[in-house]
Amino acid sequence: MAKTENKSSVSRRGAGKRELSFGGKWQYAKAPESTDHVRIEDRYGLFIGGAWVRPKTGKYFATVNPATEKKLASVAQAGKKDVDTAVQAAKKALPAWRKLSGDDRARYLFRIARILQERAREFAVLETLDNGKPIKETRDVDVPLAAQHFFYHAGWADKLELLFPGEKPEPVGVVGQIIPWNFPLLMAAWKIAPALAAGNTVVIKPAETSPLTALRLCEVFEQAELPPGVVNVVTGDGSTGAHLVRHPDLNKVAFTGSTDVGKEIQKAVAGRSVDLTLELGGKAAHLVFEDAALDQAVEGVMRGIFFNQGHVCCAGSRLIVQESVHDLFVRKLKRRMGRIRVGDPLDKNTDMGAIHSSEQLRRIEGLVQSGVDEGASLFQPACELPRTGYWFAPTMFTGVTQSHRIAREEIFGPVLSVSTFRTPEEAVKKANDTSYGLSAGIWTDKGARILWMASRMRAGVIWNNTFNRFDAASPFGGYQESGFGREGGRQGLRAYVKLSSGLLPG
Amino acid sequence: MSVPVRKTYKLYVGGKFPRSESGRVFQPASNDAVNVARGSRKDLRDAIGAARSGLAKWSGSTAYLRGQILYRLAEMLESRRDGMVQELRVGGVAPQAAQRELDHAIALTTWYAGLCDKAQSLLGSQNAVQGPFFNFSTIEPTGVIAVIAPEKPALVGTLALTLPLLVGGNAVVALVSEHAPFAGLALGEVMAASDVPAGAANLLSGHREELASECAKHRDIDGLLVAGPPDAALTEAAADNVKRVRFCDLSSAAWSKPERLRSLSWVEPFVETKTLWHPVAP
Repeated sequence: MAKTENKSSVSRRGAGKRELSFGGKWQYAKAPESTDHVRIEDRYGLFIGGAWVRPKTGKYFATVNPATEKKLASVAQAGKKDVDTAVQAAKKALPAWRKLSGDDRARYLFRIARILQERAREFAVLETLDNGKPIKETRDVDVPLAAQHFFYHAGWADKLELLFPGEKPEPVGVVGQIIPWNFPLLMAAWKIAPALAAGNTVVIKPAETSPLTALRLCEVFEQAELPPGVVNVVTGDGSTGAHLVRHPDLNKVAFTGSTDVGKEIQKAVAGRSVDLTLELGGKAAHLVFEDAALDQAVEGVMRGIFFNQGHVCCAGSRLIVQESVHDLFVRKLKRRMGRIRVGDPLDKNTDMGAIHSSEQLRRIEGLVQSGVDEGASLFQPACELPRTGYWFAPTMFTGVTQSHRIAREEIFGPVLSVSTFRTPEEAVKKANDTSYGLSAGIWTDKGARILWMASRMRAGVIWNNTFNRFDAASPFGGYQESGFGREGGRQGLRAYVKLSSGLLPG
Repeated sequence: MSVPVRKTYKLYVGGKFPRSESGRVFQPASNDAVNVARGSRKDLRDAIGAARSGLAKWSGSTAYLRGQILYRLAEMLESRRDGMVQELRVGGVAPQAAQRELDHAIALTTWYAGLCDKAQSLLGSQNAVQGPFFNFSTIEPTGVIAVIAPEKPALVGTLALTLPLLVGGNAVVALVSEHAPFAGLALGEVMAASDVPAGAANLLSGHREELASECAKHRDIDGLLVAGPPDAALTEAAADNVKRVRFCDLSSAAWSKPERLRSLSWVEPFVETKTLWHPVAP
């Protein structure tokens, strides 16, 4: 609600008349983060029962640096037998882990948080190498938040009786977890920390294309002397995940990924009384009212769609601007987009790194082509992209209608679609015109309107006069086909316990 | 003595009491002398439409008002005690057991009535995040929820599954006991007299076999609460629009224990947590 920006400078810039410009003469010098302190093995096995083991399949696959297309390491392909070994290890570790005092479980989690903080730089660099996201983000967002998740949940381990009124929560049991490639370490932390705090044991499958930080996390568990089998990591492709969710000894499945796969998982666990939480796709509406602090809103919209190359399930991909300020706002966006630095993810000045994979790049290209074909107007700033690696320029479509594919389908890339509204009622209607419901954004200077709008928008997280903020204490998760269950906060931990009076999962 | 006036057992949809659009009836196993409307898939779709509009009214009411309306429901059950006991008896329940079930139903209703304006504080939170943000989580209804009530107890079973959903602000389409639908359907008459907004709760009778899978499949239903053990076919169908699905598999002893049916944990699976962030700045 508060405007902190100097109004006079806003109006001058808004009119586009006066602006300090250095043209192309004052470029940023290169500022790459060094990688020599980060050791990467040639080959990684599976982490099962506290030991590194070879996959029974005998198969390995390559994980590449998306910014260079160079192979980083070979990673084990876990098959059905490997998954079974991992689940049995988790099952074997369960009785002792759930019986351990809350104090002691807390201490293991505190240790893990501290070690992550100590090794933060190593994790940030490794994540950037394996994922392609800028070092600025891994350093300032992914790794600190991952450490916070362990620290936050450590404090719950000895306070489970405070979690739910009138209940004595119990661990669910053995939990199978599948995480995506967009926040590899952070998603591992989101999944593992609450599971362990509540006394569960875990088998987790990182994404095929970004397994290295989850594997490195196993070293942290070793350093923390976490009992063997409490966390087991199986790497592999979709088939590994399919074996995991179908394993009869699981008591819970937690999945973050696409809505299509989420539905398959809900079917796969049907009738087995397996607890399930799903954090699926999104197509967030990002609403800007005419009275908003427009320059702050521009920054928020940038953060909403270009953070992590747009590989974010809660990305603010549908910008819906009040008609009266549409032209002005789009001008400001174009100007700001021209200043996004795309390139070497290891460079500390880089705003946007590499697209995570060639597969994802093709998907983005396909959807952007559909936007052009369906008649929306494309804008991309002049921007030089590296020759090798997977890259896509920041992209904005104006003149987008509700029926365009780019307004309905999750692109999972740096592509913003812009449409307009006139009244708050229309804004609500457009925002809710989707089967998703993960997140939304509202920019307005009027407090009463924020609460009125927010109470009508069907989304699990609503950022008001800000966007893409995350915290271990803040519940995150969706409405409708964006899934169910929350991660973070009291509500997130709830998804990892069984309540004695509770209804049975389907 | 004059000839008794008999009752026609009809559905309760959108605050009205229609026969099945299909024109069909069935004779329940507990009393095959009585014809009861046999709801069709079209009736179910009509009920879902009514629930969608009832949802706006019900969830838009204040929690205090919803609490008073549910308390009014308890008042109406009490004042119609003889009639409701009679409906249970038509369904084959012994006289004393019918009285006990009614006591249980009334107590259950007042318990949930009083929960309406507390659920938000008990399930919501203010969250201490890093940085200058005000961050809080509220609960909102999941939406339109389909209930498949247990065969027995006919009245308490329907109420125990429906009330927690109403406390959460949801609208309900409930399929009452196929074995003894009489008391479950009569609940509609009680609701109609209690200012429960039209469509907020809808009651159908008919064959579970015919309607349960349709409830699971229908894309305008947001959640499914089924009495009985987990049923893979229902959950598989429900996954098409990522419905929230829960099963309630209680023994007959548990159904008669009041404390077993009173729980915030029955409200929680069918509410959505919404988290708001706002910067704090001068």
